[in-house]
Amino acid sequence: MRKQSNTMLVNEPVHKQELKKKYCRFRKHGIRYVDYKDPEFLLKFINEQGKILPRRLTGTSLKFQRKVAVAVKRARHLAILPFVADGLK
Amino acid sequence: MVNVQQYETVFIINPALSEEQTKETVEKFRKYLTDNGSTLIHEDNIGLKPLAYPIQKKNSGYYYLIEFTAPTTLIKTLAIEYTRDEKIMRQLTTALDKHAVAYNEKRRQGLIGKKRNEEAK
Repeated sequence: MRKQSNTMLVNEPVHKQELKKKYCRFRKHGIRYVDYKDPEFLLKFINEQGKILPRRLTGTSLKFQRKVAVAVKRARHLAILPFVADGLK
Repeated sequence: MVNVQQYETVFIINPALSEEQTKETVEKFRKYLTDNGSTLIHEDNIGLKPLAYPIQKKNSGYYYLIEFTAPTTLIKTLAIEYTRDEKIMRQLTTALDKHAVAYNEKRRQGLIGKKRNEEAK
């Protein structure tokens, strides 16, 4: 087997979608307050089990990730969002 | 001058109550707030909504929201008042910073509504 085949593999970009630039939707759209009473908006930040999504997936900046986390926990306290769920979306 | 702050309180009333009992509970807290020197800015009768998980073996609750300005000392006694009343299943009082106040203002004029959710997508 000639050596040439694996060099071809080296410059093959492994994951296409990761190259898509992630942005913080709060800074982009100028949202300054995360309302804990608004479930549709909060659903974007939790996964099917109701867990809060990490920043590396949602791309939000640290400042707004904390606001989202506080809002989600308040919504859970008021039974607007469940603590654990399956197939939430 | 007592330090006055803007707050928002949401409480869930037991759904098994009759109509006027719920009204009476809401009235009781509104009176409690206005008596102790707080001015009510906005009230939102969200009404009966299903809960995400059962509270006290109930699957739905009567939500009521009050936005008010009050001296900071009132909040502690308000919380005690809530816990004393067993018709209230759950409550949450939050302080509003300037962004929250602006947000509530815009929401009342209907600017937020669907538009912001599309915009935030």
